[in-house]
Amino acid sequence: MRTVFVAAIIGVTAGLAAVAPASAATLDDVKARGYLQCGVHTGLFGFAEVDNDGEWAGFDVDYCRAIASAIFDDPTAVRFTPLSAAERFTALQSGSIDVLIRITTWTMTRDASLGLTFAGVNYYDGQGFLVPADAGFETVADLDGGTICVQTGTTTELNLADYFNSRGLTFTAIAVAERAEAISAFEAGRCDAFTADASNVASARMTLSSPDRFVVLPDIISKEPLGPMVRIGDDQWLNIVRWTHFALLNAEELGVTMANIGELTASPNPEVQRLLGQSGTAFGEMIGLTNDWVARIIGAVGNYGEIFERNVGGGSPLGIERGLNALWTNGGIQYGMPIR
Amino acid sequence: MPFAGLLNDTRVRAFVLQLLAFAGVVAFVAWIVSNTGANLDRLGMGIDFGFLDDRAGFNIVQTPIPYTNDSTYFRAFLVGLVNTLIVSALGIVLATIVGFAIGIGRLSSNWLLARLCTVYVETIRNVPLLLQVVFWFEAVLVLLPRPQAAITLPFGANINNRGLYLPAPAAEPALWAVAIALLLAIVATVVLARWARRRQAATGKPFPIWTVGAALILLGPLVVFLLAGSPVRWEVPVFQRLNFTGGIVIIPELAALLVALSLYTAAFIAEVVRAGVLAVPRGQLEAAGAIGLPPGLTMRKVVIPQALRVITPPLTNQYLNLIKNSSLAVAIGYPDLVGVFKNTVLNQTGRAIEVIGITMAVYLFISLVTALAMNLFNARVALRER
Repeated sequence: MRTVFVAAIIGVTAGLAAVAPASAATLDDVKARGYLQCGVHTGLFGFAEVDNDGEWAGFDVDYCRAIASAIFDDPTAVRFTPLSAAERFTALQSGSIDVLIRITTWTMTRDASLGLTFAGVNYYDGQGFLVPADAGFETVADLDGGTICVQTGTTTELNLADYFNSRGLTFTAIAVAERAEAISAFEAGRCDAFTADASNVASARMTLSSPDRFVVLPDIISKEPLGPMVRIGDDQWLNIVRWTHFALLNAEELGVTMANIGELTASPNPEVQRLLGQSGTAFGEMIGLTNDWVARIIGAVGNYGEIFERNVGGGSPLGIERGLNALWTNGGIQYGMPIR
Repeated sequence: MPFAGLLNDTRVRAFVLQLLAFAGVVAFVAWIVSNTGANLDRLGMGIDFGFLDDRAGFNIVQTPIPYTNDSTYFRAFLVGLVNTLIVSALGIVLATIVGFAIGIGRLSSNWLLARLCTVYVETIRNVPLLLQVVFWFEAVLVLLPRPQAAITLPFGANINNRGLYLPAPAAEPALWAVAIALLLAIVATVVLARWARRRQAATGKPFPIWTVGAALILLGPLVVFLLAGSPVRWEVPVFQRLNFTGGIVIIPELAALLVALSLYTAAFIAEVVRAGVLAVPRGQLEAAGAIGLPPGLTMRKVVIPQALRVITPPLTNQYLNLIKNSSLAVAIGYPDLVGVFKNTVLNQTGRAIEVIGITMAVYLFISLVTALAMNLFNARVALRER
C-alpha cells in the first residue's frame, strides 16, 4: 500500500515537471486548442452578460468574437471566463486566458508592472455617479459629506479620493467586493451615491427595481480609457488584438458594414481593397492571419459603430451617446491607425 | 547481507520508502517554487515587497488607527488587520456568552426553554454563514431609517442606516485621578480575593468576593469621577446635510457581521457546552448533593471545572473558525484584512503572490496565537495526573 503511495507521489511529480510554462506564441496555442479563451466581466449589462438564450452578449464579448472570427472565421470559437476585478490580472498572467477584455482602465501601473500590456482603447469612459432623483443632487460637489458606495479593487476608489480631496470635500466610502452587493447597498439607502465608470453606472441603473427614481449626475470626474490586455513578450498576439480593434474602426470609417461586406469585396476604393485583403499586399499574413481577416470580422460582428449601437448605444436599453467614442471624423477621438 | 535480504528487512524497507516519499515531496515543492519564480521572471515581476511603502490613495470606512488616503499600503494593511481583530475579539466574547447560555438552556428541565434552545441550534448551524451575514446586513439596512429621519437615543446618541452614532468621550486632565482609582480598586480586589481564598481554606468561612470586588471596581472610580467634577467632555454627533459627524460610529457592516458571526458560532459552542456538562458523571452531582452543596455552588464548584476539561479543546476550534469566518466581511463591505488588503491593495498593485502570501501568513499567525492561548488555558483546567 505504502509502495503504491510513494509511486504515486513520484509519478505525479515527474508528470508535473513535464508541464512547461505557457509558450510564448499565443496564436499557436489558440489555434492548437481550437478556440479563444477570453476573460470578461462576470455580468455587466451591455458589456458582458449571458442573455436570455444563454449566450454571452455585449460590447466586450463582441470584441472576443471579433478576434475569434479573425483567427477561425467562427465567432463562436470562444470560451468566456467571467472574472472579478481582483482575479482578472492573475488570470491573464497565469495564461488561463489569452486576452482580457473586461472594461479595464489603461493606467501606467497596470501597463508597466504587471507583465501585461494594453492593446488599445476600445471604449473611452469616465467615472460617473448614480443618485436618487429626489435627493436634490445636481453636481458631484453636492455629495460633500455624503456616503458613497464603490466596488473595491478598481481605479474608481482612487479617483473618488483624489477628486474629493483636491476640492476639499469629504466623503465616506463603502467599498464592497461584489458590484451587485454595492448596487444593492446603494438601493437600500446605505449610500447617497453609487459610483463607477459612466457606462457601468448607466448599466447599474437599468438593473434597479425602478430606474426612473434614480438619475446619473452629468459630471464625469476621471479619464477611464478601457481596453483589451495581453501578456507582454508576444508581439504577434499583441498585434492581432490591436489591429482587430483598428480594423473595426477603419471599417466604420470606410462604411464597411455587416450588411454590405459581400458587395464591397469588389469595391474600387483602394482603402477598402486594402482593408478587405483585395489589394495584393498580404496584410493579414503579416500578423499571422489570413488576408480576408477583416472580412471575417465584419461579417461576424459588424464594424465598431455597429457593435456600439447594438450593445450600449441607441439600439440597446442603455442608450449611451457615442460622445468621445465617435470616430475622429465625427467629433470623437476613436481613430483607427491606417492599414497600409 | 545480500541485497534481497536488505529488501526483506522491514526496517530498511520502511526507511528507504520514507526517504523516497520525503524526496518526492521536496521535489514537488521545489518544482512549484521554481516554476512560479520562472513564470514571474518571464513577466518581469519578481517577488518584491517595496510596494508596501507606496501611497495607498483610497479611503477606508472604519479606521481604528489613524489613516488617511495619504497613508501607505502598509498602514492600510494594519487598518484591515485591526478591523479583523476587532470583529474577531468581539465575536468571540459574544459567541461565548450566547453559546454558554444556549448550551445550558438546552439542558434545562424547563421544557419550553430546552426546546427553544434546540430550535435555535438546529436552525442557525444549518444555514450557510454567508447567507446569514448578508441577511443581517439587509435586515439592518431595511429596518433602520435614513440619517434625515434618524432614531434619537438618550445622551445625544442616535441610530440610522449609516450606523449607530454615540457621543465620544474626550478626556480632560483630571481623568488620570479616575484611572488611578480604577487601578487601586483592581489591586485591592486581587489582594482581597487572595485573602478570602486563604481564609476559606483555613476556616471554611466563605466571603462574597464577587459582590465586594464588583462594588470596589465600579463604585470606587465612580466616586472619584464625581469628586473630580466629571472630567470628561462628550462630543455629540451632529447632523450635517447628509450624515452625522463627530462622535463614535458603529457602522452597520460591523454590527451585521458581528451578529451573524456570534449567533452562528454560538450554536456550535452551545453543543460543545452541552456535551461538556453531560460528560460530568452523575455520581459527582449526587455526591455534591450528599454533602449538602446548594445547586448554584454545585454548578460552580463541581460541574463547570470538570466540564471545562471537555469543553476547552473543541471551544478552541470554534474560536479559530470564527476568526477565519470573519473574512466573509468582504461580502458586505466591512473593511477587514481581506477586503482592504487582499482586494483593494492587491488590485491596485497587482502584487498577487506577495499580498496573498502576507494575508495567509497573518491569518495563520492570529490562529496560532489564539490556539496557544487556549492551550495554556487548557493546561490550567486539565486533569492533573499524579
